[in-house]
Amino acid sequence: MTQLIPQTGNIPRPFASIVSQPYWDACARGALMFQRCAACNGITHTPAVMCAHCSARDLAWERAAGTGAVYSWTTVWRPQTPDFTVPYTAVVIDMDEGWQMLSNLIGCEHDAATIGMRVAVEFHPITDGVMLPYFRPVA
Amino acid sequence: MPSAFWGKFLEPHRLRRETGGSMAKHPFHDVAIVGVHNTQQARMLEGHDSRSITLEAGLGAVADAGLTPLDIDGVVGVHGADFIYQARIGPVWRSMSQLGIPALLEASAAIATGLASVVLVSAGSAGIYTERTSTAPWTRPTNEFVVSYGMFTAAEFALIARRHMHMHGTKPEALAHVAATIRNNGHVNPEAVYFGRGPFTAQDVLDSRMVADPYHLLDCAMTAEGGCALVLARADIAKDLAKDPVYVLGGNTDHYGPSYQHPPAFELGGRRDPKFINGYAGRRASQMAFAMAGCAPTDVDVCEFYDPFSFEIIRQFEAFGFCGEGEGGDFVMDGTIEIDGRFPITTDGGLMSFSHGGATVQLLQRVIRATQQVRGECATQQVPDVEIALASGGGAGALFNDVMLLGASQP
Repeated sequence: MTQLIPQTGNIPRPFASIVSQPYWDACARGALMFQRCAACNGITHTPAVMCAHCSARDLAWERAAGTGAVYSWTTVWRPQTPDFTVPYTAVVIDMDEGWQMLSNLIGCEHDAATIGMRVAVEFHPITDGVMLPYFRPVA
Repeated sequence: MPSAFWGKFLEPHRLRRETGGSMAKHPFHDVAIVGVHNTQQARMLEGHDSRSITLEAGLGAVADAGLTPLDIDGVVGVHGADFIYQARIGPVWRSMSQLGIPALLEASAAIATGLASVVLVSAGSAGIYTERTSTAPWTRPTNEFVVSYGMFTAAEFALIARRHMHMHGTKPEALAHVAATIRNNGHVNPEAVYFGRGPFTAQDVLDSRMVADPYHLLDCAMTAEGGCALVLARADIAKDLAKDPVYVLGGNTDHYGPSYQHPPAFELGGRRDPKFINGYAGRRASQMAFAMAGCAPTDVDVCEFYDPFSFEIIRQFEAFGFCGEGEGGDFVMDGTIEIDGRFPITTDGGLMSFSHGGATVQLLQRVIRATQQVRGECATQQVPDVEIALASGGGAGALFNDVMLLGASQP
């Protein structure tokens, strides 16, 4: 049995693009954000120039509740780079507002992941102090 | 049942007809594959770099066609310019397209429209397998939304497989049976990187160490180095050559976005038609390919499926209409996929056992094997009387899938 925890090694860090800079700035403040379309109210993630639902170019940043349910998972035993500690569990999450994001699970055993499991965001610093959103199971 | 998120996209939209329906000549009536070649394939190829191995592959395919470099008037592939220059054959048509089946369809289109008459499509990778501590960095780009979460190809594809297992109860034993079958094809193929390493049972696959659940080591493709090439020619030129032409009956490609940058969701869909979700990437391409070819899955004699990971075989049987959604796990278990089965798969050992020649080389190698099956010239695991062969490339974890149908008879 192994508890899943945030990565502590010198793992590759994300580098923001012009479009995604607000997303990572918000993470630095401990806020998970997505873009909402003023034309159709749809949510777009990953950060984009146009709405994923209607292609309108009228997106505004909105804060997420940070909660959702696991849509799919995989527990990884071969590290992407030697700086990763294995096992780690990658998850795609159905966020409550109706969008999806990729993250890692923490705060549970490595074999605890189930589809439909409720999770909540928790930020942890990684390489260069970048704040990365992780997800912990909640009731 | 799609998750609540993807349900929002399931509003009916008319699918614009994208295939012409007229009684005109088949679009690739005048195109044939006349030469194919694989160089030596190995985990690491000594004495070569990507440019030299690509050149060697090109020369091999030209020789296989019974042609000389001077006969080439079109070149496809990122290293194609080297061939043009070293052979001093300019001016010729060139495309830098490098992604397997679409590159071959582009070459076919160039011939069909008269832009070229004999086209060399080549690819190769060597001398780059140097960083052994990270997981094959050259097979996946880094991207801000996936890299810090430890993603690589096996994990991307595992997220797809796990969703299907949840939706349909697909079992690890079915995945393992696929992997063992393909690896046993490579075990008997002297040209395979893993020749002689078996034989394998499904239990061997399940007992191998876990890489990214549900994928064990033996569920996964290898990484390797090597080159390969094909020569396509106008049909009237092809008929004068020694080997029987192999014809392009149909093909297309389905893309959902860039590979390895966004969450690899099974139910990722587009707004154009809700039937075509990423989990069934290749469905639209296969429908268009079969429509162009005027045939159906039941007519396929050999399935040279791209095998990056075991579940992708099950997924492609479902996506391409060989069986229904969720039926793929059972479909592969009852003698269907073995060399003497109804739909033999990946007969040279594929990406798992034959070769994964580089970042994109292996995409062409499925078509080379399909060509050899149609010609009847496979030294091992030759399927009898192949009239129609299917080749594919990509996978749902990479957000794309290509399909190509080859045949012995001119369409």
